[in-house]
This record gives sequence, structure tokens and C-alpha cells, in this order.
Amino acid sequence: MPSSPKRARRANLVIGAVLVGLLLLIAVVNLVYTPYGPLDVNIHARYAPPSLHHWFGTDEFGRDILSRIMSGAGVSTTVSVCSVLFALLAGTSIGAVCGYAGGWFDRLAAMLIDALMAFPGLLLALGIMTVVGPSKWGVVVALGLAYTPSVSRIARGAALSLRQRDFVVASRTMGNSGAWTLLRHVLPHCVAPLLVFSTSLFGSALLAESALSFLGLGVPAPEPTWGGMLADGRTAIDQAIWVVLFPGAAISLALFGINLFGDGVRDLLDPRMKGGM
Amino acid sequence: MNALVQHPLLAVSNLTIGFPDKNGTVKQVTHDVNFTLNAGESLALVGESGSGKTMVGRALLGLLPERAEIVSGTISFEGHDVLSNTPAQWLATRGTGIGMVFQEPMVSLNPAIRIGDQLTEALMRRRSVARDAARLQAIAMLERVRVRDPHGCMKRYPHEFSGGMRQRILLAAVMLLRPRLLIADEPTTALDCVVQKEVLDLMIELTREEGTALIFISHNLALVTAYTEHVLVMQRGAVMETGAVATVLARPSHEYTLKLLEALPRRADTESALSPPSSSAPPIIEVKDVAIDYRVPGLWFRKILARAVHPTSFSVQAGETVAIVGESGSGKTSIAKAILGLAPVAQGQILLNGLPFLGAGHDAMQAARRSVQMVFQDPYSSLDPRMRVDALIGEALRLDKTLSRAQRAQRVAEALEDVGLGEFAGRLVHQLSGGQRQRVAIARALASRPAVIIADEPVSALDVTVQKQILDMLVSLQQRYRFACLLISHDLGVVEQIADRVLVMFRGHIVEEGTRDAVFDNPVHPYTRRLLQAVPELRGNRDDGFKVITRTVPDDIDPSRKYFNAELAGRDMPVLVDVAAPMLTPAHVLTDHRIALEAVQSS
Amino acid sequence: MLSYIIKRLSMAVPTVFIVTLLVFGMIRAIPGDPASLMLGDLNDPALLQQMRHSFGLDQSIPAQFVIWVSHLLSGDFGMSIVRHQPVLELIRETFPVTAEIVLAATFLACVIAIPAGLFAAWMQNRRGDLAVVMGSIMLVSIPSFWAGILLIWLFGVKLHLLPTFGYQPFSQAGWASLKYLVLPVIAVTLGEIAVVTRMMRASSIEVLRLEYIAHARAKGLSERRVLLRHTLPNAFGPTLTVIGLVLGHLLAGGAVIETVFTLPGMGRLLVESIYSRDYPVVQGCLLVIALLYVLTNLVVDLLYPIFDPRLKL
Repeated sequence: MPSSPKRARRANLVIGAVLVGLLLLIAVVNLVYTPYGPLDVNIHARYAPPSLHHWFGTDEFGRDILSRIMSGAGVSTTVSVCSVLFALLAGTSIGAVCGYAGGWFDRLAAMLIDALMAFPGLLLALGIMTVVGPSKWGVVVALGLAYTPSVSRIARGAALSLRQRDFVVASRTMGNSGAWTLLRHVLPHCVAPLLVFSTSLFGSALLAESALSFLGLGVPAPEPTWGGMLADGRTAIDQAIWVVLFPGAAISLALFGINLFGDGVRDLLDPRMKGGM
Repeated sequence: MNALVQHPLLAVSNLTIGFPDKNGTVKQVTHDVNFTLNAGESLALVGESGSGKTMVGRALLGLLPERAEIVSGTISFEGHDVLSNTPAQWLATRGTGIGMVFQEPMVSLNPAIRIGDQLTEALMRRRSVARDAARLQAIAMLERVRVRDPHGCMKRYPHEFSGGMRQRILLAAVMLLRPRLLIADEPTTALDCVVQKEVLDLMIELTREEGTALIFISHNLALVTAYTEHVLVMQRGAVMETGAVATVLARPSHEYTLKLLEALPRRADTESALSPPSSSAPPIIEVKDVAIDYRVPGLWFRKILARAVHPTSFSVQAGETVAIVGESGSGKTSIAKAILGLAPVAQGQILLNGLPFLGAGHDAMQAARRSVQMVFQDPYSSLDPRMRVDALIGEALRLDKTLSRAQRAQRVAEALEDVGLGEFAGRLVHQLSGGQRQRVAIARALASRPAVIIADEPVSALDVTVQKQILDMLVSLQQRYRFACLLISHDLGVVEQIADRVLVMFRGHIVEEGTRDAVFDNPVHPYTRRLLQAVPELRGNRDDGFKVITRTVPDDIDPSRKYFNAELAGRDMPVLVDVAAPMLTPAHVLTDHRIALEAVQSS
Repeated sequence: MLSYIIKRLSMAVPTVFIVTLLVFGMIRAIPGDPASLMLGDLNDPALLQQMRHSFGLDQSIPAQFVIWVSHLLSGDFGMSIVRHQPVLELIRETFPVTAEIVLAATFLACVIAIPAGLFAAWMQNRRGDLAVVMGSIMLVSIPSFWAGILLIWLFGVKLHLLPTFGYQPFSQAGWASLKYLVLPVIAVTLGEIAVVTRMMRASSIEVLRLEYIAHARAKGLSERRVLLRHTLPNAFGPTLTVIGLVLGHLLAGGAVIETVFTLPGMGRLLVESIYSRDYPVVQGCLLVIALLYVLTNLVVDLLYPIFDPRLKL
């Protein structure tokens, strides 16, 4: 019994990793192969239920749902990964520098960041998409900007607490400059909390992109997106439930895997952090 | 001893506790522990880290961690085997049968509940006392633990009180239930020594009055022997020695007990051939009228400064160890930081090797920084855990342009040899134990051959046997390299062992200064006297046996001396004041004290 | 305590200012002349000129901002291009719907999540805990809009139990109006239960580790008392902060769920106005929703000292 929670947690991490791996795999594979072209219209096979020809059925234009889901995987993954990277880069630079520098500069920046965070993320993204108009890279920028404040808060928090740690103080007493200490001693220790946070950000980004696409304000047609497929299919749920069932299941499974994986990573890093430090 | 008692209050026999690891093998933390305790008796459970003493305490209350299991043995409380207790039976025993006081005063009371409610809730629920009667009893108990305003205290929250007060309130809460046995697990380790003594005296007083048996768990052998009748020494889960305190001290039978006793810091009986630093040489560090302020946390747009250190002067010579002693808030750490250039100085100057340090140019500052190195208190946070040992030590030499790469590597190797860790160059810091880390910290400080090493509580986080090794090593390194050492500590034992001169600080003022022997044998200032009386002294050796005594300080204080008395208001301290003298400036007072000390020594 | 309140209130001022600035900036950044955008297809040069003047478009951008804010303060949020109604009126009509869903969902989530989180922490690493954690992860992975669609399919199409679109206010239909809210509230609550549970569990675990809990047990208090009287008040504080975040999430996510269920709320108003390029309405909705979020965070922060007396001083 005592060993089972550890085993359960490790199982979580593995299952999560498998699902995420599957997602990434499909995203890559879709560049070379899908059973049918995701945009191929086939009016003879409109709203076909799942069968051997079309594993997940077809939508109102006869397009194969499986292929569209695979294509959607590519879109969602690209957008999510890019926006998270954007937020990580921007947020860490701002946050770590501010937290480490301290003083009035830090307080001013903290005030600005708090004000930015007063905007719910999705709302900010909606606002930016209004200006930019639906586009794939618009979504990346919108989400990246929406998540930058929270990343910078985490980086700042880590830098602030590290600043007080004796080994950082020791580095200064040895004569090392502030910049050197920041790079060599502070930033490497910020990696763990940021890594954990970025896995949950990845999930949020995926969900946000789907929501935006569902509303028609995200990645625009004709590029297949999971959210877009849900929007298209919802008028036909009385006759063809599979049109919304599979895209939604895809989103859920992807999020499930990401969340499991993120939890596993957090469990892995946290106790080690406590022991190591 | 007590022929009237049929059976002992507590009988522990063959108690073995273990933690199963992932393969199922059980790692034992206690092994066949045996002892008995009669009603009203007191027993000290002494051991270093890993001795299993805390586990024994927790087992007595059924509060072992989830994963722990009792491999074998019995615990019998009042004739009943508690290991077979159902949860309901445990609820009945805890609090009213056995009470417990833990270590951390900062989290020992629930911050979200008023003190009054925390005191009365157990009374009301466990002893079915009505609310009003419970409140009265609580107030009475608060008075007994000498809380200043018991009625007001009941309405307040824990965070409004200091650590010492919280421990007293905790004692009140536990003793309100009148348990037959009190277990105190390191109850005062986190407190300053004067407060420590007050809380412990109170604990003994209460338990004696109520006839409560006491188990006092501690790592500090010298401390507990002043308070309990019996002692049990543990090492790595096994009982090494047990018996009446006086007997064990006078004739310790086990090697480990001897080792513990010899490791306790105290003055060397024979003066080793330490060449005293010649007082004619110019001092390495001179602190002149340095005052340090700090910002009071408040509304962020208003700047309120409070004085951490009042204008202070002292100097340190090459090869000498000067100790700054004080409790928390005395300003001793602030001075250390100022000498390192880490704390802004409001006024005054610091000279290193005769050259002013503050306000000097960047290069001068950097050069000065390299000649002053620091060893920090917590070996677990002062070294970057991810680094390799040799890289860490080498970092200290990074900015020294006069050394070639080969010379740097040579220095690192030498430093490691000096601290006895020659084989450890390739290890990672997080693989090392506390003692080993502190050695690395010393090696890092030594590598740049500094003129001064500032040691801020260098051994307070370590076990006492490890402490001795580190202190001895520090002294021998100082003899070899002749660096000046500024020791910051609240532990008088450590100071007594290695300091040449002592400065006593209180609330930002130096209240007494002199050679170690002078200050320890003939303290003049009332604060120093109070401090010394709070710390028991260990005397003796392996052959003649040991004795722990409370220091006596000579009673006669020349009433014509003037004593610094400002800022002592609000803290009940015995203070002699020459009523005719106006308020003195600290510099004046300092001079007076030096003169006073010299006068005493020469008489 | 007073200084804490003042400090917190004074921090809200720059926040409100920056939020207003951001909304202004976003709409202003839309390519095109704002006045002609407002007029849409109407081709009246004189009116265009008048509008340009009233917006201060002949002046600098900071001046335009000031003019806009002064309009806001006098209650003039502009006029909807498409519906020809004052924006403020539209917002006033749609706000109750959104508010009902948000409040009901938050309340429901808390009622379920707080006991669940506390229970999971108490059973840490045993089966009960693992079940709660796994359940939370599953719930949080289900997008609210998909859940909504499936619920519509199940209860509306297949079972014909509940209405799948539309809305009736409480004042009109009384308790019967609730049937319009059941499905949307369930759809959004699922994910939020998970969020609150995780936080409650995490902070309860932290508190249970602390010494004063061991003390309470050592005094012989029952587990129930230890959990409810000693653990819960201390663990609830951080959870309160998360509840504030949940409210914000729901406010923003209202756009999605109201679209799914065709509810006449502020979120759907926002989305439809974006489609129809009805920028005054977009601006008004963005501003109101953001300011509501700032307000909820302020309230949450001001409530915090109740649970952490250390701030009361």
C-alpha cells in the first residue's frame, strides 16, 4: 500500500507522456499522410456514420473526420507550442530581471504586470483577435501576450526568493557582478517552476485556441481546427452526433494527457527540489 | 525510588520502529529502546540527529508518520498497552493523559484562531468544562506562565506575540489539561538563550507543581542535565547509556556519551600554544562609528528608517578571533553584512588594512571584497546545490587576475586538503552532509587567502560532535594562515571555545567588550551577566568526570559605574544607573566599560 | 487592517486605469477611421464630420482617450451601430443572464469542491485521494463548449427533458426559468470544480503538515474538529484567491457558453458584435467584463483577512 501512490503517480506520468507523445506524433504524421485530404469534399458521402471507409464518419461536406482531426492536431499543437514559447521567453526575461533587480524598478513592473493580469486571458485574446482578425499567427501572438504576465510573475517570484538565498549572497560577496550571478545562479533554479508551469500553460493554450476557433475568431476556415469542427457540427447533432463527438473527444484526450503529464512532472520535480535545496 | 507506586507511569520495552522502503525491507530508526518512568519523575532523551529520539516521543502519543510501523516492543502507559489503542482510545489518552510540546514556536499555535479559543477548546471538549469556567481556568493559567495581560491575550491572535511568549502560551494550553506525562520535544531550540532559560524554568516549575512526569527530548546534553533527574542517551536508534544525571555525568560508562560530553564546546583546559596577536600591529579591520539603518516594512510609499546598529567602533587584528555575541535583533549580523559591503551604512567608515572601504571606487571595493570572505550559517542554502565542489571553490578565484588557471586549480586542491575533503573534488554539493558542506564553505572562504573570514553562526546547524570537528579545524587553519576571524554567534559555548576577544551586543549597542576570559569570568554589564547565567557551563574531563554548573557571576558591582540604560524600557532587566549621570552616548559608555574592565582585572 | 485596505484600494486605481487604456488602445488599433466605422454604410458627410468632432478625432490620441473616458463617466458608452441602442442599455439588459450563470456556477463549484479537496487532503495518497485527483484531471480536460453540446444532445434531443436554447428571466417565469440555466451551469461548472478542488487539496495538505495541527491532535481533539475548525479556515485563504480566478474565467468564458446555448448574455453580445463589427458594443463589453473582474479580485483580496488574521493588524 505505501508504494502504490508512488506507482500510481508514475503511472500517471507515463500515461500522460504517452498521450502527449501520441498527439505530437499525429501532428507530425499529418504533414505527410492522412487517410483522406482534410479538405476533400465528397458530396456523395455527406454525414456518413463511422464505418470502415471513414473511421470517424464524415461531416456535412463529406469530408473525412479522422483526417480533419489529424490535421487539427497539427494546428492546435503548433499554435499552443508557439504561444507558450513566446510567453516563456518574454515572461522569463521580464520577470527574472525585475525580481532580481528589486527596488522601485521591480515594484513598478509588478504593478504593470498585475494590471495586465486584471484581464482574463481569453478576453484579452478576444480583444486582440478583434483587432487582428482571425489568423493562425494572430492567435499565437494573442495567446502569447495573454500568458506573458503570468509567466513573468512566476519567474519574478522565483527570482525574488532566490535573491535571499545564501548562495546567491555568497556569489556577490565573492565579487561576482549582479548579471553574472543572475545568469549563473538564479536562472538555472527558475527552470523547474517554469517547466512545471509551462506544461499547464500548454493545456490552457490548446483549450483557448479551440474556444477561439469555435467562436470563429481563432484559426480561420478552411484550415481544419477541432474547435471549428465543433462549431460546424453543432447544427447537426440530431442527425450526426459523431461530427461533434470525435473532435471534442480529441480535445479532451489531448488535455487529459497534457494535464496528467504536467502533474507527473510537478510531482517529479517538487520533492527533488525540496531535497536538493 | 517510589515504593508506593505499584507500576511505573510509563514503561517502554524493546521498542523498535521502522520505515519500510520501496522494496519492503524495513529501515529501523529505533532499536530495542527500553526505559521506565515513574509518576512525577523527569527524564531527558538526548541524541544527535538520526538518533531516533523524536520518533520515540511521537510513538508515545501515537503520532508517528503514516509510513512508520512499530516492528516490535510495547509501550505501557498507566498499565495499559497503548500500542493496541483504537483511535477512540488514543483520543482519550492524548491531551489529558499525555501532553506534548513541539519545537517551532512560530507554527505551534493556529494562526487563524484566537488564543482564548485555543486554550479553552480542549478543556471544554475533553474535560467537559463549561465555557465560563474554562475561560477562568485559562486566564489563571496564563497568569501562571507570566503572560503580562491575560485577559487581553485571550482575545488576541498568535502572531501578535514573540516566539518565547508563544511557547509559554503553548505550555499553558497543554498544562491546562493536567496531563500525567508531558513530552517536550526540543521546546526551546528555536529561541534565544535568555528566553530559553525562562521557558524551561517555567516548564519545570509547572510540571513539579502538578506532579507531571516529564520527558525532555533534546540534542543539547549540557542543557537538559540542568533540568531533569534521569538521562537516556541515544545514537542511531539504540540506547547507549541511561541513568541518573549526576551518575552519568560523573562516570559516563559508554564511549558515545564520553564523545558527546567531550564535544560540547567549552574553554580548553590548558592554553594551547597560541601565539597571541601582538597588539602593536595595525588592525586588519577597523570599524569606526558605523551606524546601520533598515527600512521598516510599512506603507510602500513612505520611508521609515529604524536603527539596527548605533554608532559602533571596534577593531580586529591579524590572527585573532573576535566574537560578536548577541541575541536576535542585536545587530550582530548587520555589522557583518556591512563589512562585506552588503548592507548600506548610514554613517561611519570601515577600514581594511588601513584603507577606507566604503565609498571607495569599484575596483577598490572588489579587491577589498576578495580579502574578506564569509562562511554562512546554513550549509544547506549557502552552497549552490547543483554545483560540483571544485567548481564552487574555484568560483571564489574567478575574478583574481593574478592567478593562472593552473595556479587556481592548485589552490582549489590545497583548500580541499586543508579541510580534509581531498577526495571530494568531483562530488556534487547536494550529495554532501551538513558537516561536509560546511567544510566546503570554509574551503571556499580560504581559497582566496583572505585577510579576514567572517563566520556567521558557522556551526549552529550542525550536530555537536560535528561542531567540534569544524571548530577545531577552523582554529588550526587560523593558526596556519593567520587570518583574522570575526565570529558572529548566539551560542556562548562556541564563543567560549574559540574566541580571543568578545563583544556583547544588545539592540544595536555594544554593551561590553573584553578578552574572552575577562568577559566570561567577570562580566560587568547586567545584560552580559544575564546572558551568561542563562547558559549552563560544562566542566570536567574524561578521567575525573563531568559536571554541569550554572555560571556564577560575582555579585559585587561597583555602584559608581555608569551603565547604558536607554532602550531597555519595556524589557524587565536589572539595570543599575547612576542617577546623577545624564544620558550617555554609546561611545562614552564603551570607554567607560573598557576602563571598568581593565580596572577590575588589575585589581 | 486599515492600512491593508487602503493599500489594496490604491493598487486598484492604476489597474483600472491601465485596463481602460488597454481597451481604448485595442479598439483604436483597428485599422480604419473610427467614425466611418461607427457609421457603417451610412453615407452622410455632415454626420461624419460631426461624429469625428465629437470623438475628438481631429485631436491627438491622448486627448481622444480623455474624451472617451469623460463620456464613460457620464454614462455614455456610445451607440450600437447595428442595433441602434445605447451600448449601456444593451449591457444592462444582458448582464443579469451572465451574472446568474456565473454566480450559480461558482456557488455550485465551491459547494462540491471545498469538501472534496479537504477530504482528498485528509486521505492523501490513499484511494479516496487518488480518486478525487483523477476525477479532477478528467473534469478539467473536458471543454465546457463540448460538454454543453453533448448535454444538449442528451437532454434536449434524445431525452427532451430540458430546453436547449433561449431564456426566460426569473421575474417572468419564476422558478420555471431555472430550467434554462441548468444545462449551461452544469457545463461550465465541471471544469471549475476541478480547479477549486485542486487548490483546496493542495493548501489543505500544506496546512495538515504544520505543527499546530499535530498539536490539536495531541490535545486529543477529534479528527472532525481538527479538520473543520483548525484546518479549513487556514486552508481556505489561498482557495479564495482561486475562486476569484474562477469568476474571471467564467466571465470571459461566458462568450463561449452563451453562444452554445443561445442565451442573451453579455458574452454572446460581445461575440456577435465582433462578427458584425459593432465596435462601440465590443468596446463597452470588453470594458465592463474586465472591470467586473478587477472588482471581484478586489473583493476577494478584501475578504482575505477574515481567513488570515495576520493581515488584520
